[in-house]
Amino acid sequence: MTIMTYRQALHDTLAEEMRRDDSVVLIGEEIGHFEGSYKITAGLLAEFGPTRVRDTPIAEEGFVGAAIGAAMLGMRPVVELMTINFSLLAIDQIVNHAAKIHAMFGGQVSVPIVIRTPGGGGQQLGASHSQNIEVYYAHIPGLKVVAPATPADAKGLLTAAIHDDDPVLVVENLGLYNAKGDVPDGDHELTIGTAAVVKPGTDITIVAYSRALTVALEVARELEQDGVSAEVVDLRSLRPLDRHTVVASVRKTSRAVVLEDDWLSYGIGAEIAATIQEGAFDYLDAPVRRVAAAEVPVPYAKPLETASLPDATALRKVVGEILDATAFSR
Amino acid sequence: MTDQSATRPARPRRGRASTAAEPAVAGRGPRDGSREVAPETLVAYYRQMALIRAFELRASEMYQRARIGGYCHLNLGEEATVVGLMAPLEPSDYLFTTYREHGYALARGSSPGRVMAELFGKQDGISGGWGGSMHLFDKAARLYGGYGIVGGQIPLATGAALAIAQRNEPGPDCPAVMCLMGDGTTNIGAFHESLNIAAVWRLPVVYVVVNNGLGMGTSVEASSGEPDLYKRGASYRIPGERVDGDDVVAVRAAAEAALTRARREHQPMLVEAVSQRLRGHSVVDPARYRSAEEVEAAKKADPVPAMRARLVASGALDAEAADRIDAEAEAAVDEAVAFAEKSPDPDIGKLFSNVYTTPVPNAPHQLPGDPLFAPGELEENVAAR
Ligand SMILES: Cc1ncc(C[n+]2csc(CCOP(=O)(O)OP(=O)(O)O)c2C)c(N)n1
Ligand SMILES: [Mg+2]
Repeated sequence: MTIMTYRQALHDTLAEEMRRDDSVVLIGEEIGHFEGSYKITAGLLAEFGPTRVRDTPIAEEGFVGAAIGAAMLGMRPVVELMTINFSLLAIDQIVNHAAKIHAMFGGQVSVPIVIRTPGGGGQQLGASHSQNIEVYYAHIPGLKVVAPATPADAKGLLTAAIHDDDPVLVVENLGLYNAKGDVPDGDHELTIGTAAVVKPGTDITIVAYSRALTVALEVARELEQDGVSAEVVDLRSLRPLDRHTVVASVRKTSRAVVLEDDWLSYGIGAEIAATIQEGAFDYLDAPVRRVAAAEVPVPYAKPLETASLPDATALRKVVGEILDATAFSR
Repeated sequence: MTDQSATRPARPRRGRASTAAEPAVAGRGPRDGSREVAPETLVAYYRQMALIRAFELRASEMYQRARIGGYCHLNLGEEATVVGLMAPLEPSDYLFTTYREHGYALARGSSPGRVMAELFGKQDGISGGWGGSMHLFDKAARLYGGYGIVGGQIPLATGAALAIAQRNEPGPDCPAVMCLMGDGTTNIGAFHESLNIAAVWRLPVVYVVVNNGLGMGTSVEASSGEPDLYKRGASYRIPGERVDGDDVVAVRAAAEAALTRARREHQPMLVEAVSQRLRGHSVVDPARYRSAEEVEAAKKADPVPAMRARLVASGALDAEAADRIDAEAEAAVDEAVAFAEKSPDPDIGKLFSNVYTTPVPNAPHQLPGDPLFAPGELEENVAAR
């Protein structure tokens, strides 16, 4: 184990995979000479040269599509989109092409492409730069979508994504790049499509992913002090979704809350709630609750932005309400 | 203010035009009419054109008889362009095209039976019944897809050229990519982003605009700020050339020159073939927006009878031999239909088999109305934890 940042874990994984396989190429805006908007690719141009680390024009649809076309011929491009907000410029290529090509052409060709991109609000970047729209992609059969919450998972899921022969969207988070944690040395690959119980517990299940996991764990530890045993499930993979891990947890705890950075309506939490009511209806002691972002374009002014985003206080409040409603004695 | 529109030609001049005084391309072939081309070669081109014509007329008929569903766009009127473009492609080259692509698949050597079976949505269809008319794919023929989203193929083709450039030095044996599109498609952002990328990355790709004058019901003049479409690469310093799309040899020559430049120099080029659409946008479009004179003019210029007449006049074919070619085309299409009719429907049991290449746990497999969890599945799973 080595302690490092989420940024470093991504960087090292990219470098390692590029050394291992020369069909892995990086494509994106400002990833070479500028070393990446968030410096994930720092030093890689120097090590691998301009044909392996391709700076692109500002043309998201063009270069994402080009990466898909290159993948159809057997390259393994890893595309960086500066933020998930800009993925909307490329959504036709991602949704109508990358996700469709394997099935629509009868399985004759695969699209082994990775698209890495950070979501996340809370940086005072204003409405167009602060979205968590991973659900747009998690809705689409043919895509795989993962959202690592820790440096170790950043390594494990990015490695899996690069080894995978399907298009994989790796949703990073602006608020996590500087987060530190233990990262396994050597090979470390997680299985896409599986969730993890990151803290076992018996009284309530908190489901989270990406940055929200950090908040969920913080609240779970506090609850422990109050005699409440919370189980925390990290989804890790948004498509496919590991419904079994969620349901097994709720069958044990009988209470559930989802903490998510995206908007409430039609969000990831809605899918989790539907999963729980179908898989654990008879086990539930209270309705499933969701703690999600306020449904407004994310504001710039700090107090407004803070008010609009889900946080530990909101989660604590909702956990308290669920426990009270079920006469949980503390 | 002068009225710009008044100065625009209603239809581009036929014959050759180019953005470079004399485009610096090697390996230039003959470019006008049938001069200097062996008569057998011309006959072979006619054979392909006749096959496409017969296939498309039959596809239209099969659509009316509800054997074919969805949208169905035909190459009727574009046969000379189709055959001329496919002629100089090597087996190692890649083709990305549009939803109007039956003819390209046939000219590229795909089996007419499997193409028809795809239109019928059958298991032996060239895309396994998953694509339909708009989404033909034949890996062996390096037909890398017809695409139903206008312009969607252009970034993909550009990326295919990137993969080639990454692995091959420029030279006569370097594979190239041909990317087809319609006139209306030159207005979409993906076209401009891709041409720019191909120029700055020096990619071996030939973009071909098949200018049939219309995008559905909208004319080139009504939709394009620069209606001389071969000039639209100018802001990316991509040279362009316009050819008469009714002249199979001229089309071949232009395509060959552009492909040669792509192979030897890893440089993109834009070719515009001025062609025509004999019928509606798709088989269900009565094309009421076209004047009777326009339709009449298109019929008069129909490249298939024109080619036949030219071959007979030049003595390359006698009328009997020409009739035989037409009959053989009909027979091949009869056979294709019979094959498609016989082919089974795709297996519903394999509905989920092509969603992913790399197997992944928890991939959804519910049919509409199925429960999220199969009976007993949850108990087993919870017990296993
Ligand atoms: C992005 C997108 N917008 C609109 C359409 C609907 N559409 C299908 S074909 C077409 C016209 C395209 O014209 P052109 O590029 O000239 O090709 P042609 O059909 O003449 O071969 C349109 C608007 C589409 N398929 N995709
Ligand atoms: Mg057109």
